[in-house]
Amino acid sequence: MAIFLTSESRIIVQGITGSEGRKHGTRMLAAGSKVVGGTNPRKAGQTIELGGTALPVFGTVADAMEATGADVSVVFVPETGTKAAVIEAVDAKIPLVIVITEGVPVHDSAEFWAYASAQGNQTRIVGPNCPGIASPGKSNAGIIPADITSEGRIGLVSKSGTLTYQMMYELGDIGFSTAVGIGGDPIIGTTHIDCLQAFQDDPETDAIVMIGEIGGDAEERAAAYIERHITKPVVAYVAGFTAPEGKTMGHAGAIISGSAGTAQAKKEALEKVGVRVGRTPSGAARLVREVMQGR
Amino acid sequence: MDLFEHQAKEIFAEYGVPVPQGRIAYTPAEARAAAEAFAAAGQPRVVIKAQVKAGGRGKAGGVRLASGPDEAEAVASQILGMDIKGHTVHKVLVEEASDIAQEYYLSFLVDRSGRTFLSICSVQGGMEIEEVAHVSPEAVARVPIDPLAGVDLAKATEIVTAGSLPAEAIPGAAALAERLWAVFTGKDAILVEVNPMILTTDGQVRALDGKVTLDDNAAFRQDLAQYADPEAADPIEARAKEKHLNYVKLEGQVGIIGNGAGLVMSTLDVVAYAGEEFGGVRPANFLDIGGGASAEVMANGLEIVLSDPSVRSVLVNVFGGITSCDAVANGIVSAIGMLEGRGEQVRHPIVVRLDGNNAAEGRRILDAAEIPVVEQVGTMDDAARRAAELAAAATTGA
Repeated sequence: MAIFLTSESRIIVQGITGSEGRKHGTRMLAAGSKVVGGTNPRKAGQTIELGGTALPVFGTVADAMEATGADVSVVFVPETGTKAAVIEAVDAKIPLVIVITEGVPVHDSAEFWAYASAQGNQTRIVGPNCPGIASPGKSNAGIIPADITSEGRIGLVSKSGTLTYQMMYELGDIGFSTAVGIGGDPIIGTTHIDCLQAFQDDPETDAIVMIGEIGGDAEERAAAYIERHITKPVVAYVAGFTAPEGKTMGHAGAIISGSAGTAQAKKEALEKVGVRVGRTPSGAARLVREVMQGR
Repeated sequence: MDLFEHQAKEIFAEYGVPVPQGRIAYTPAEARAAAEAFAAAGQPRVVIKAQVKAGGRGKAGGVRLASGPDEAEAVASQILGMDIKGHTVHKVLVEEASDIAQEYYLSFLVDRSGRTFLSICSVQGGMEIEEVAHVSPEAVARVPIDPLAGVDLAKATEIVTAGSLPAEAIPGAAALAERLWAVFTGKDAILVEVNPMILTTDGQVRALDGKVTLDDNAAFRQDLAQYADPEAADPIEARAKEKHLNYVKLEGQVGIIGNGAGLVMSTLDVVAYAGEEFGGVRPANFLDIGGGASAEVMANGLEIVLSDPSVRSVLVNVFGGITSCDAVANGIVSAIGMLEGRGEQVRHPIVVRLDGNNAAEGRRILDAAEIPVVEQVGTMDDAARRAAELAAAATTGA
């Protein structure tokens, strides 16, 4: 069953007529995902052709859901309109919205998260600034390359896109149930903890890989959660041991301030609760391999 | 983006947060002129405050009282040019002295774990809030803010009351907090901090200091360029920014180019680990060329990294996810061609690790190009080790 996505997930693309929406809509279709349409309020009623598939363009998420039965939206709308796009998806009560857009102001993310919470969190939000969700062999919603890995029983949750790809590739022979890129922004919808619990509950996942990085205390909180709620083996990797204080390392959230947010503190918190932490991405991949072979 | 105190206070004044009168001075003479203006207005006592984006200015001697224009000039001449935690003082804020009865703390910031905003308020101000929280946690109030509801006067009163401020300070502090929230949202700030927020002997509440951090992601709707700080920027970082490259200068010898923030951060770590075996060689920079990695971006990246005089070797670590490795390999080949076409001979060894989509074809392209300085290594760990080894060899050789 994997998590968050199934082979029956019906995906729409918000911003389907833009260059990113077209490019990745085409890639999702090629990966076998059921992309059923998209939105652009100025092009409602038109049809867009992606890799030989003609898809309807709707004015709103609600219209698209009604016409296509969509239950997942992938947002490529530029950062100037991302907040409005997410709020529209929440209003339409779509079960899952994946926000790929990077460069979203934190006030906008805080507002759309607060809005979704006020509506009772009927819509799961993943991102912003994330690569999306891939369940190999079932569905691919976002920009994670479909052809670097295979279907299997490892679950992966990560703040970083390329480290996700690296890990999926290195462990491609063992394969993944689902990989979730949650994004590296200061405020994100779905967290490490949400994914850990979903993997714990997923009968098709045997072990969990968690990739973190400097900034905030999400890894420390995940460690506390693992201690109390997660019985499946967890292997982790944390990036940014050599990052200096006060310098943002690419992701808006990847910054060490004072003694908070260091990779060392995260590693120690995870190891304290029995999580094995790899020194390098390849080292973490080796630990996962050991865990999977030991089963 | 962090602002200087005087910039923060200019914004505060614009939004109606009460602040002392102040003027910025770049020279002792300007400081004197500012103090003369205050003296003429019946306020001879001034405070001279070093303008640097670092904490602990007071302890470093960067904040001093002056009794009049003569002393203001003398003090300014001592503070200007000072080094505070690696920051050179280029300007001072000359401010009317305040008669302080009490010092409090107030801030609004992003609460990552709560996925919302938070206000922190304390009756104990004037020192590091982390220290207060450590020593007397009961004195620090943390009040979550609903981003949709915001902070009106009632919420502001709740915040300053939770911070245990005395009754006589509540109305003024609440009014200040309500205005400070307007700064926080109006300017797309991720932190606004007033420490200390003071109660004066005549009962006024004011922001005696100000710290503001703005959200770089809000550049499309905020004029962030006006706060640019060219004097402080590293020259290589400044040139990288012009070329829209995500570059951070570090102190080391191995130039790093990679795709994706997480992978590049990880590459820095792996190089530093490998460097421990080669006399402490370290990564020279962070450079994320992003998903596309076109030849031009690669050329610009290589040029920037090689322009750092401490660089002895370069590690290109790319995982082909969306982009396939043949495109990246072609990018590297044409990048070196472009650099040499510009007359910039590439002399340092470049270790390349390509993995992921179409990696075999990418490696074949690089091999076929037969570029003498380029060496391919199969894994990230081995590539990091090789780059560190080459940097160490070049350092001892030179």
